This record gives sequence, structure tokens and C-alpha cells, in this order.
Amino acid sequence: MPKGRVTFNDELCKGCGLCVANCPTHILYQDMKTLNKAGYNIIRVSEPDKCIGCAFCAIMCPDSVITVEVNK
Amino acid sequence: MWEVKYEKSQGLTDSKLSYCPGCAHGIIHKLVAESLVELGILDRSIAIASVGCSVFSYQFFNCDAQQAPHGRACALATGVKRVLPDNIVFTYQGDGDLASIGIAETIHAANRGENITVIFINNAIYGMTGGQMAPTSLIGQKTTTSQDGRTQKNHGNPIKISEMFATIEGVAYLERVAAYDPKHVLNAKKAIKKAFQYQMENRGFTMVEVVSTCPVNWGMKPVDAMKWSKEAMEPVYPLGVFKDKGRE
Amino acid sequence: MAKVLMKGNEAIALAAIKGGVDAFYGYPITPQNEVPEYLSKHLLANGKVFLQAESEVSAINMVYGAAGAGKRVMTSSSSPGIALKQEGISYITAAELPCLIVSVMRGGPGLGSIQPSQGDYYQATRGGGNGDYHLIVFAPESIQETIDTIKESFDIADYYRNPVMVLVDGLIGQMMESVDFDRPKKERFVPEKDWATNGTKNHPGRRNIANSLYLDPAELEQHNIKLHQKYEVIKKNETKFELIDFDNPEYVIVAYGTMARICRSAIEMLKNEGIEVGMIRPITLFPYPEKAFEQIPENVKGILTCELSMGQMLDDVLIANNGKHKVGFFGRAGGMLPDPEEIVGAIKNFNERVVK
Repeated sequence: MPKGRVTFNDELCKGCGLCVANCPTHILYQDMKTLNKAGYNIIRVSEPDKCIGCAFCAIMCPDSVITVEVNK
Repeated sequence: MWEVKYEKSQGLTDSKLSYCPGCAHGIIHKLVAESLVELGILDRSIAIASVGCSVFSYQFFNCDAQQAPHGRACALATGVKRVLPDNIVFTYQGDGDLASIGIAETIHAANRGENITVIFINNAIYGMTGGQMAPTSLIGQKTTTSQDGRTQKNHGNPIKISEMFATIEGVAYLERVAAYDPKHVLNAKKAIKKAFQYQMENRGFTMVEVVSTCPVNWGMKPVDAMKWSKEAMEPVYPLGVFKDKGRE
Repeated sequence: MAKVLMKGNEAIALAAIKGGVDAFYGYPITPQNEVPEYLSKHLLANGKVFLQAESEVSAINMVYGAAGAGKRVMTSSSSPGIALKQEGISYITAAELPCLIVSVMRGGPGLGSIQPSQGDYYQATRGGGNGDYHLIVFAPESIQETIDTIKESFDIADYYRNPVMVLVDGLIGQMMESVDFDRPKKERFVPEKDWATNGTKNHPGRRNIANSLYLDPAELEQHNIKLHQKYEVIKKNETKFELIDFDNPEYVIVAYGTMARICRSAIEMLKNEGIEVGMIRPITLFPYPEKAFEQIPENVKGILTCELSMGQMLDDVLIANNGKHKVGFFGRAGGMLPDPEEIVGAIKNFNERVVK
């Protein structure tokens, strides 16, 4: 079971990539094939089970797209 | 058992932020919103929006707000705070608004020790109007009004607001922070929360200067803009606490 | 309080206190300095707010803040200072915030002089700031009328959610007259300020915003239409003027404020010489009392507009007259004050002064 879990409110995402750049376990990537309604490429999690729940992605996200949960 | 560690703050409204992708304005909005909620002062807070990219902040902070003419936010904040001393009043201003047209209002609010909190976003450029030079632009920085780069001869030097305000007696808390990585964002949160704490304790004028970014007008990807904020701006705008009456 | 001998500026200050002012934000400028000086002592003594700002630009924006917070707030200044406040006044009017602005006119343009003048008629009635907006502008002629107007001004501003300007000049500000502060004030309904930005805890479930930004042009147009519907109501309810010696005048003078008082003496002198002259004395400059002109008898030989300027209200007289009668102009500028004899001469040589 991963220590953390992230969920994206894709419609708020502006595809800026700050979360991808700041994820210490590098499990976020930009899906260049999927656009949200505003026309931005959304972010996806490549290996959810490697998430450590540090919330760096959410901290850096300017648009409150990401909710982070930790496994207590 | 899953427990939420981080989610969108109640201090923000449902309005979608108007800022460009990756602009640090959005990050700092969250820090202000989270601070107001965590200190339990959201329902007595009054936001004073300035003029610039953050002119719409009155739509984003989930509290009462007033929208000020360019440069005059600290005057409105003074006007409000003097008649509503028990409310929490803060301004949210960019470098054009605060360091250029509004510097007199800001200096005098500080000098009077007005019990308000100023959130000062320094991204070394005019964003909303499309990338003109600001008093905080760096030497050599190319902008639409310094197309061959800012020169000391023609345009003077980057203005050091925090250093200037550190000399003002009425200032109770003053810190310059940055937002280019999680560590610095968390520290910026601490500073903003402390500034509001000092206002709650009627200690006087508090200000947090945030070294920020402008991906679009700097002509960079957001990630590179964060790097530039660290590598180019921070040396000119060193971080740290410039005044803390609590520790004197 | 029975009659008391008082200087105009101090009477203005006391009248504002009687009118329920909560806060004053201002800046030194001659010839209105006694207003902030008096208030700095008496407001603070009553637990109210007084603050001298670093500039008039800052002062009017402090007024914006306090007005938006739902308080009775005022500022006072003189010509160049009022010029600096124009942007703030435009914002305050656009955001529909009530406040009192006292303007004590002095000679202009530029640094001008510190003598009385009426050179800011356009500034006050045409709006010196940006966009279509109006202030409710009163032009009292005496200290008594000034204090009666100021006592009522906050109720008017609050009712219409619009700034009120009381436009006087250095003479009214600096001279002393015996005045009575206890004249009964007209009772007016003052709505509750549920729109004030005083924290959502005072109005749960709703955020109050004081704002004048409308990026959507359709919305801004609607806002302009709304403001102008307000001005129509103000025109209907608040237009004020006085007719003097109007039984069958040969000539009609139009003058306001200090100039109107000087003209009263001229009218007396002319009457003694058998020349009947009446006067329209506008008390509100916006809304301008056009309907007063309907009461001018057909056979009048002409209308003489008298101002302490090079002619600004003259425009409104020409509009109101609408080509019916000959219109002449008599003016002194720079802070010069005419003797009544000069106006007597102007009437006697009316044809030399005809403008249209």
C-alpha cells in the first residue's frame, strides 16, 4: 500500500508542469494526448504506489488542482 | 485509512484563478487563504485588491474585499482599519502597484505603523499590461520598455523594498521570501501567517515580500521561471527576516 | 446652542460632527486648514477617527476605504487638492460609496492664489475624474447655509450612495459669522448599509465587495445606466435654488455662493435707482436648477451670469436659457472680488456684456 495518494481536479489544471518538476519520486507526467476543457494537457500519475504523500506537487500547484491523502 | 493531508483551502472562493499557467500568484493566494483559515480570522478579514494581475484577487479570497485604484491599496487599507480596528485588513499588491505608483502610500502606512498586512509580490515586471519594466526589474533584464535590457544609466537600479522598509520604525514584521520550491513555499507560508498573527496582536505594520515569477512576460516555461526566480532574482533580492519586533 | 460667532472652516468642521461623521482623512492646503485642525482635536476627543494623510491622493483613497466599510466619512481640500482627488472620487462614485467632500475654492489655475474663487465649477459639476459620473454638488452662500447643508449631507450621501460635494470658497471658509447649529435638520430615511465590507461574520453567506471594475462592457454599460437613473431621481428630488426679487424684473442675474451675496447688494443699489433686477441663485450646482429659468418673465431684457471665474456656470445658463433671452457675463478671476458697484455697472451696460 502506498503511503500517499493524489487526485487531480483535471478541469482546474493549466498544464504548467510545476507538480511534475517537484515530485521527488518522479511519478507525475504530462499526458500530451489528453486535454481538459480549457485545452491544457493534464497531469497523470505513472506509478501511484510509489507516492510518499509528501504533497510537494500540491504545494507547488498554483490552482489547487491536487488533493493529497496519506495512509494513516 | 486515508486521511486528507492537503486540499484546496476554504479561504479561496470557487472562482477559477485568472493567472497564467505556473504563475506564483496562485501559490501565494493559497498561502494567504490557508493562513486566514488556520488563524480563524477569515470572517473578519477584508482584502484590498490592487491593480495588476492580482486585480481580480477580490474574486478569489473568500472574504469581504475592496478594489483599490492603482497604487492606493495601503491608503484604502488605512481607511478601513482606522474605522474597523477589530477587522483584519490586508493588501495584495504587485511590484508595479507597490514599488512604483504606490510607494508613497506604502511607506507612509508603514511609517504610521498601520496595523495592516501587506502581501507584496515582486516579479520584476508589469504582468497585466504585457511585460513592461518595473522598478524591481533587474539590470540587463529585457522588457517591452527596456528592450535592450535595463541599464543603470537610463533606468536606475532594482529597488530594494524590504531593505528600505527595514529602516521604518512602524514596521513590526518584515520578511522577504520566495516561492520557487516547496521548502521556500512552506517558509513563505510561515512568514505570511506570522504577519497576520502580528496584526492580530496589534503590533503594527507587517509586510511579506515574495520573490515571484512571470512565465509569460519573462518568456519562459513555468519551471524555468522558477529557476530564474532563484538564480537571477534571489541574488538581487536576498531572502530573510528584515524586521521582527517580536524578537527584539 | 444659541447663535455663536464662528469662522467658516471651523463651522464646517463642527457641522460635520453634528452630521454624524465617523472619520476625516485630509491634507493641509490653504484656505481650508481650520477644517482638519478643528477636527483633529474634536474628532479624536469623541473617539472618532482623524488622520492627516501623506497626500490628497492618499486621503481620498482612505475615504474610499472607510466609506466602503460603511462609515460616515469626509475629506476637505481646496482646488489643487481636489484636483489630485479626482481619480479617487471617480472610483468612489463608481463603487456607489457615500462620503462628503468639502471643496474650499481658491484662485487658479495651477498653484494659483489663496484668495476665494469659483474656478472649479467645471471640476465639481462636470466631474474631474474619468467616466460618466456626477457628484451631488451644493453651493451655499453663507456659513449658516453651509452648516445646514453639511449636517444633511451624510443622510443624502447615504440615501443615494453617492458622494456629496459642498462647494464653498476661501471667503466663506475664512470669514466669521454668527450661526445657529441647532436648526432642525430635514428628516430623511437612511437605509441600512448591508453592503458594507465589514467582514462576512456580519453578513454570513455573502461576500460584500466595493469595486468599480467591470471588464464585461455590457455589464459596465448597465452600471452606467443605473448610475444615470440615480441622477435622474436626484434631479427630481434634490434640485435646490432661490429666486430673489422676481416679481417683475427688468434683468435677471444668475449667481451662486459668494458672488450671489455680492449681487444681493448690487440688486439693492439698482432698486434704489429704480432698476428692478431679480436673481436666480442655484443652491445645487448638480443637479442644475434649469426649471428656475422657466419662471423668468417674457419681457426680461437679459440674463447676466456673474461668477468668480472666466465663465463656467455660463454654459449651464446658456443651456437652461435655450436661446430665449440675451445672456451676458460678468466675471472676476484670480481671487479678485468685485464691488457691488461693478455689477451695477454691468447691468447698466448690459449690451456690452452680451455673450449670446
